[in-house]
Formats: sequence, structure tokens, C-alpha cells
Amino acid sequence: MSSASAFEEWRRGYDASHLRDIDFTTMSGVPVQPVYGPPTEEFPGQYPYTRGVHPSMYRSRLWTMRMFAGFGTALDTNERFKEIIGAGGTGLSTAFDMPTLLGLDSDDPMALGEVGRCGVAIDSMADMRDLFAGIDLASITTSMTINSPAAVMLALFVAQAEEAGVPRARLGGTLQNDILKEYQAQKEFVFPPRQSMRLVRDTIAFTAAEMPKWNSVSVSGYHIREAGSTAAEELAFTLANGFAYVELARDAGLTVDQVAPRLSFFFNAHIDFFEEIAKYRAARRIWAKWMRGHYAATDERSWQLRFHTQTAGVSLTAQQPEINIARTAIEALAGVLGGTQSLHTNSMDEALALPSEKAARIALRTQQIIAHETNVVNVADPLGGSWFVEELTDEMERQAEAIFSQIMEFGDGSMLEGCIRGIEENWFQGRIAESAYQLEKLFNQGRRVVVGVNAFLEGNDDADLEILRITNEDEKRQIARLLDVRESRDQMGVNSALARLSREAADPEVNLMPALIDAARANATVGEMMSTMEGVFGRYVEVPTL
Amino acid sequence: MTTRVLVAKVGLDGHDRGIKVVARLLRDAGMEVVYTGLFQTPATVASAAIQEDVDLVGLSMLSGAHLTLAPLVVEALRAQGSDIPVIVGGIVPANDLADLEGAGVAAVFGPGATAEEMVATINRIVSERLP
Repeated sequence: MSSASAFEEWRRGYDASHLRDIDFTTMSGVPVQPVYGPPTEEFPGQYPYTRGVHPSMYRSRLWTMRMFAGFGTALDTNERFKEIIGAGGTGLSTAFDMPTLLGLDSDDPMALGEVGRCGVAIDSMADMRDLFAGIDLASITTSMTINSPAAVMLALFVAQAEEAGVPRARLGGTLQNDILKEYQAQKEFVFPPRQSMRLVRDTIAFTAAEMPKWNSVSVSGYHIREAGSTAAEELAFTLANGFAYVELARDAGLTVDQVAPRLSFFFNAHIDFFEEIAKYRAARRIWAKWMRGHYAATDERSWQLRFHTQTAGVSLTAQQPEINIARTAIEALAGVLGGTQSLHTNSMDEALALPSEKAARIALRTQQIIAHETNVVNVADPLGGSWFVEELTDEMERQAEAIFSQIMEFGDGSMLEGCIRGIEENWFQGRIAESAYQLEKLFNQGRRVVVGVNAFLEGNDDADLEILRITNEDEKRQIARLLDVRESRDQMGVNSALARLSREAADPEVNLMPALIDAARANATVGEMMSTMEGVFGRYVEVPTL
Repeated sequence: MTTRVLVAKVGLDGHDRGIKVVARLLRDAGMEVVYTGLFQTPATVASAAIQEDVDLVGLSMLSGAHLTLAPLVVEALRAQGSDIPVIVGGIVPANDLADLEGAGVAAVFGPGATAEEMVATINRIVSERLP
């Protein structure tokens, strides 16, 4: 935008926006404008969206307070979901246990000790029914944090919702489905990268055709950062992965404008306040420029990077856990000042265990204080124009562009190929490990202070918090339930659904979603569907490197 | 003689930031470090430790399965006639420390343990084991 019309155009967009019925004044009654800045410069809602994707930002709509939850059996998590909705949460976010994330049934020998521990165990349709019992899936959005078995979980979700009377076209939500970062950082992989990308392609194509309210991939930097990357690496690797998914969908015959608006992003909010805000601003600007420039997207929604934020689990300390409330509040504020669309705040006890109910409530209350008490929501991009933040935003962009050039080089001009080769050659993994090591040395040397860890230790011996304890009882109950499902179902139907899945998996041209939904309806288990595909796709083994 | 350490990830826990950082810090301290890679079983860890003739096994556990898996690694080693000591690093609630000790785990390092502390403890455990 090159003239005074930038302001006027923004004004028109703002005037056309529905505003929440609140006072846009300071606590002392001083009226505040929706945004500040010279009339010829970029405004929120304008390409390249450095300042935000909407002209009115939080004056129209607050971010979604999406609290991640899941533990034990589906019934346990269903109760927690209802508490979250009752406490004012506006979106559900499902955490699965490790066996489910790796596509194993609860009675698999490798699942021993892990069932229901880090999230909810889902083995089949029976568990999906319990998980969402009494929750209207047409009126709430549901996020499912799962990657290797993402297509399987989507199939179970669609089958369950349709059984409950909600057609797939009305389902709103997000599948994480970001397999690239699994190899790079989170390490919950099953199939080799190229076979996994075929499943991602199938979910993108299926949701583009049949689920208009569904975000097919949540491109996630969160885990890259948690694994030890710098802010710029988180930014660059994440966006590069996003570009790779766009190229993947394009190769499958979709247009950029069919896929890009369905990608959402997920970033970390770490403790370095201004660097994080600059990272979010740079992310929007880079995405917009690449979508419009490099990928020739013409739909504005393709240019607009929308993102979820979670505060940094890795910044929390087991020592003096109550002080994590302060860390989380600061990190959450960075996400909000950076213009996030949704936010998860970590609980104070997460360096010790999964959150207790009380700790999770305090974490949600932290967001509510930011949203309703601080007035920071009244002005869009309030730090825009700060010389420091603008320079840091430019620096994030420069560092990210340098990384894109490298990845493009690996891929001979293809970001998709570059990301896959970078994984196959351990380039991403090595870079993340190196950054983690460099940071740890600074902590060890005391060059960086972590309160309660290498400084200010008084209070470290205080009484322990009450933490959530998951007993092996959940594992036993879940396995019993699974055996019951296996015994009571029509085994012939399962066999034929799995045979079809195997046949279609062997033909890379076929979209596997219909076969997976049929298998879900036939009460095939997650482990059965995954091992059927593994029979065709093979298994990925990471070459261990230090 | 250089201390040899096997660092291992057992089970499904894919958090490998800590184990990689610790491995490098131990190397910086002059130890030889072997890393198993992800998704090992107690039996594969025990075999690797014996085959590599290490002085100590370090398990990195962040998913909460330590009470199930760490004792199985100790058992697998003892079953093969090995007295190689096992230590654990990661997220271990204070209440679980006694159980791990009872299961034969020689030391547990939580978040915030420094490289110096780890190196000193490993050296002590390894020297106590020498005849």
C-alpha cells in the first residue's frame, strides 16, 4: 500500500467489522484508537499482514482459548472437556497418549506403561464415542494433535460424528497432521517420510473436497522450538514445511488457493518477549510474500497466516513450580501482542506431570486476565512502529530467508524436496541439536539466568505441588475395553475393510481416506489400520546422531 | 581409562533434546558416549550396553513411564549377568525416587542438574564399581 489510501482502506475494513460491546478506553477513561501509525504505512488486515490479519483484531473477536487436554481413558478426558467448556473455553484440543500417537493399540507390548499417561488412549470408534459424548461437534471446534496416524484419527472422528448425526461438512477443527516436523523435532514417526507425505496429501485433498470448515494441517514450529531451535530456526523451518505442504497439494492437482487457506500455524511463545513478537510479525509477512510472489496465490486468505500459540513448556521449571505462572503469563502476552488467533497457556506443574485440574484452571484464568483486564486487546499490533520491534522483525525475516535459500538448494528448487532431503540427511535434526547444546552451555556457565535453577534458589525446598498421578489402572481398563471391542465386532467386516486398505495403500494414486473411514466404521483398531499400512509403506528408523 | 557411557531412550518417548545435550556435555568432560537412538526396549539396551562394554547406562525419560521401564532395564542387565550401573535423567517426581532406588537405579537427575553434578556422580558410581 503506497499512499494515504492505506489508512482509508483500513478504515473501511474496520468500519465494516462487527465489534464486541466493550469500551475502547483506558482504565482512566482515555479513548484509544483501534490502531496507531502513519497513514501511508501498512495497517492491520493489509498485505503483507505484518500487523495482523484483521483490520479490527481483538476488538471484533478474542483469540480462541484453546486448552490442550487429554489423559487416561476417553471417559476421563470427556469429563475434562466438559469442565473446559463450562469454564469458558471455546475450543477443544485433544492430547493423545504416546501409543496412540505412534499408531499402536493399548495392548501392544511397546505401549507398556504409556497408556493414557501423556494423553488420552484411542484404540477404536468405541473410544471416540466416549471422548465426545454429550459434546455438540457442530458448535465447537476440535483440534486433534496427532501426526503419523492423523489420517486414521480423522477417519475415526468423521465416522463418529456422522454416527452422532453431524455431517462431515459441518465439522470445524484442525488436524495437526504436520509430519515433517516429526522427523525434524518431535520424533513421533512411523512410516518413512515420502509415504507419510502421501497420507498428508490424502487428508488435504479429502478435507478440501468434503470438509469446508476443516484445517487440514497445523504447521507446527512449537516442537521444533521445544527441541532446542532458535526463534529464527523455528520460524524458518515451520514456514518451509508450510511451503512444502503447498507444493505437495499442488502436485496432487489442487490449486494453491484451495490448500493455503486450510493451513494454520502453531508457534511457540518462549520467554524472550520481544523476539517472540517479532517472530510472529515476520511469520505473517514472509508467508504473505511467498504465497503471493512465489506460489502465485490470488485469494487473500491464502496470504493470511493464522496461528495458534502455546507457551513454552521447556521454559518451565520443576523448581518453585508456582513461579511458572509468571513465565506463562509473560509468554502468553507475547502471543497476544503478536496477534495470535488462539492460545494455550501451560500449567505451572507441567515440568512435573500433566496438569492438575487446578493448575489448568489457573492457566486459563491467565488468558482471561490478559483478555479482559489488561486492555491490551483494544489496539491492534500495539508494538508496530517500535524501532526495536521493527528491526527485530526484519532480522527474523532475513535469517529465515537465508535458511529458505539453503533448503531450496537441497531440493534443487523445490521446497518439498528440500525439506524431505534435509530430513533424510539429518540436517534439520543436527541444527536443532546444535542450538540446544549451545543454549544449554550458557545455562551451565550461568551466562543465562533461569530463576530457581541457576539463581535465586531459596524456596526450592518448599513442599511439593499436588500433581496429577496416572495410575496403571487406566492402562488395565483401556486394555480390557479394547479386548471387548475386538471380541464383540464382526471380524469378517474388519478383515475385508483392512484388505481394501492394504490394496489401496499399494496404489499411490488412490486417496486412502474413504478406505480408512470404512475401516473405522467396521471397528478396526488404530493399531490394525496402521500396521496394515506399514505392511505396504514400511517403517522409518532414524539414524541416531549426536 | 576413559569412562564409557551408553545413553538410551527406552519405549515410545521421543523427547531427545535432553539426551543429545547430555551426551555432548559428557563428551566435553572427556567421556566416550554411545547413543542408542529412539524406541529401544529394555532388552536391546542391555545387549548394547554389554556389547559396547560401557561403564554406565544413562536412561532419558520424560513421558512418565520411568517406574515401568527403568526397572526393566536394570533387570535385563542383571539377567544377562551384568552389573553395569543404570542412572535416569528426566522428569521424575520426588515420590518416585525411592522406588527407582529400590529397583536398582544408581542415581536420578532432574531438570536443572548441571554438567558438573552429572560428571561427578557418574565418576563416583563408576569408581565405586571398580574392583
